Amino acid sequence: MFSGRAKSPESSGVVPLGSAARGFSGVVVGVGVASNDGGLQAGELERRLLEIGFVEGARVEILHEGAIGRDPIAVRLDDMRVALRRREANAVMVQADAGEAAYLTAAE
Amino acid sequence: MSLDLGETLESPSSPATDSVATPPPPTSATPTAIPRIALVGTPNCGKTALFNALTGARQKVANYAGVTVERKEGPVVAADGWRGRVVDLPGTYSLRARSPDEAVTRDVVLGRFAGEAEPDVIICVADATNLRLVLRLALELKSVGRPMVLALNMFDIAERQGWRIDVERLSRELGVPVVTTVATRKRGMETLLDAVRGLAVRPIEAHAWREPTSTELRVAHREAERIRKACVTQPTQPDTLTGRLDSVLLHPIAGSAILLTVLFLMFQAVFTWAQPVMDLIKAGFDHLATLVAQVMPEGVLRSLITDGVISGVGSVLVFLPQILILFLFIILLEDFGYMARAAFLMDKVMGGAGLHGRAFIPLLSSFACAIPGIMGARVIDSKRDRLTTILVAPLMTCSARIPVYTLIISAFIPNKTVWGFVNLQGLVMFGLYGAGIVSALLVGFIIRKLFWRGASEPFIMELPAYKLPDAKNVIMGVLTRAKIFLRRAGTVILSMMILIWFLSSVPGKPAGAVGPAIDYSFAGMIGHFIEPVLRPIGFNWQIAVALIPGMAAREVSVAALGTVYAVAGGAEAVGPLGNALHNQWSMPTALAFLAWFIFAPQCASTFGVVKRETNSWAWPTAMFAYMMALAYLAAFAAFHIAKASGL
Ligand SMILES: Nc1nc2c(ncn2[C@@H]2O[C@H](COP(=O)(O)OP(=O)(O)OP(=O)(O)O)[C@@H](O)[C@H]2O)c(=O)[nH]1
Ligand SMILES: [Mg+2]
Repeated sequence: MFSGRAKSPESSGVVPLGSAARGFSGVVVGVGVASNDGGLQAGELERRLLEIGFVEGARVEILHEGAIGRDPIAVRLDDMRVALRRREANAVMVQADAGEAAYLTAAE
Repeated sequence: MSLDLGETLESPSSPATDSVATPPPPTSATPTAIPRIALVGTPNCGKTALFNALTGARQKVANYAGVTVERKEGPVVAADGWRGRVVDLPGTYSLRARSPDEAVTRDVVLGRFAGEAEPDVIICVADATNLRLVLRLALELKSVGRPMVLALNMFDIAERQGWRIDVERLSRELGVPVVTTVATRKRGMETLLDAVRGLAVRPIEAHAWREPTSTELRVAHREAERIRKACVTQPTQPDTLTGRLDSVLLHPIAGSAILLTVLFLMFQAVFTWAQPVMDLIKAGFDHLATLVAQVMPEGVLRSLITDGVISGVGSVLVFLPQILILFLFIILLEDFGYMARAAFLMDKVMGGAGLHGRAFIPLLSSFACAIPGIMGARVIDSKRDRLTTILVAPLMTCSARIPVYTLIISAFIPNKTVWGFVNLQGLVMFGLYGAGIVSALLVGFIIRKLFWRGASEPFIMELPAYKLPDAKNVIMGVLTRAKIFLRRAGTVILSMMILIWFLSSVPGKPAGAVGPAIDYSFAGMIGHFIEPVLRPIGFNWQIAVALIPGMAAREVSVAALGTVYAVAGGAEAVGPLGNALHNQWSMPTALAFLAWFIFAPQCASTFGVVKRETNSWAWPTAMFAYMMALAYLAAFAAFHIAKASGL
């Protein structure tokens, strides 16, 4: 379904949040763009994500992953913590922080 | 155009409406009318704590999103005698309601709630340490056009963590009064009321709310973020405890092991800690029965009191300590902030069974009682996911099964230690709880596979910061449960017991008849009449007598057995019911009885609530049928397997 590690950073370094691994940290650059195989219309999922704070410019960091299939994930989203499934997280595009340092910023 | 998924299932007591703004009704704020004040805010920001602080009510407060799923109203009186009415509402991130609980909030705020005008004042409640989302909500609420106050709640935590919030600037930016509060310590209540009163007299503007588009949401977010940056500086001592605890409690392996251990400990505790107190209560009732037997002349009245009231109600009251220990555990977990973590850990398992990840919280609270569990399912936005949760919730072992399980376990399972540290009775109890959980998952899976194929709904849930449980809140919670239990014992159970005693004693034994009187009573006749149906699963006629009143409430079955065996054995048989059962039942019968109670549909009020929540008799009927079928099959299997293996 998703690759365990963050996709090898493309030149832009923008990946869907759902494909990033634990320890990833970065900034939201787009919401509601990824294909969505879920039961919701893409527009509805987008608004839900926006309402819970996944909005362009927000800082995200993946803190934890579930035991089975590394799903769901728990992320720090600015000052709050949010749990969501990778399928929904795929609709959030994130830009990794510069350099490998991103991988080292694990949960305090 | 709206996409209201939550409304597809009967949105509890709210008229179906589209999301287009309707013209405002004539203003209700006449000077004589008592102003109505609505508490609105994101989930878990302390609205109910504030409601309790203002009105003196004792609505449930706990540290997870989705505690409140209904509208609750109560009176507030200021120090100088000013009166208002406060309305507590379910938490929501936006007025664009997605689930039935959020629809309640939307409808109350917009004045669409059946027979209710719009609130005169809105208190927008905010968690002062987590302002980003609520500031956007506040902007959305402002567009409703009602006078509004922003309450910066949990200000104690904000101060402790060293947040600096420029309250005056915030008030200027938002254009509404801003008050700091600590709901759990009742701090800031008078100031809040003063601010509300200043607004309640203002004329009301026409409201212009409509569902925001995603572009509008982004714009509002930017504005909220601008305000936040201007008024709030980051904390000097941020909460690092939550992060550190999570790295253990949400760890893929350690976290799951801890969840299992917590549940296991809970059932061990229910069994072992409660025992001394239970023995004490039991001894007290035995003593009472002997005393009554000594001072009262032999006769009908004495039989009613000893056989009906004391051995019946007493046999249920004995279980109070166990039920309270269970509630203590659940309340501690809820207040600590663990429920959302449990839901996170269980999401994959729940998803595999076709249940929504958030369903784990209502299911876990069904350990206490299925009714709040079924109502808690309102936080699930998809109709199908919500129905599946409602249908399987009664399979979770509610506290009313504890008397039944305990009675049979202590009569038939030896009280010994296995593997060095595990109490065998506690282990069997854990197994029965496990059977409830596994069957709930299996039934969910089957429902999903047979009827409701298709993709599941999104799972997006805030994880609250951990909080040390507040001793007062915990004690209040446990005492409330004790009161509810005692009230049930004094009403439903007592009246059922008197009825059962009556049916077991009337008509009396004909002259010269042999055998105990109950054989000739109405109860005996009914029991003997039903027995053939239950014989294949190993039940005797006494059990048949006990099962029928058990439909009112499961505990009554235990009480009824107490009375049936007490009446049958005469006054001297008043004593440990467990012993009587041990002598009269075979092991296979006992096991079949336990298996029956895992599944049996035996609580009238549960069906009432399912009817109310689904707005149709079809679902409670389906639930009754499938549970009855499972109960019969499980008891049949348990009885015959146990017999075949020579138990
Ligand atoms: N320290 C502190 N804790 C608070 C305060 N207000 C509420 N809490 C705690 O915050 C948690 C949530 O409180 P609730 O009143 O249940 O929140 P709610 O907004 O009603 O939540 P929902 O009904 O789920 O939307 C509980 O653990 C409360 O004890 C406060 O002012 N200070
Ligand atoms: Mg509440």
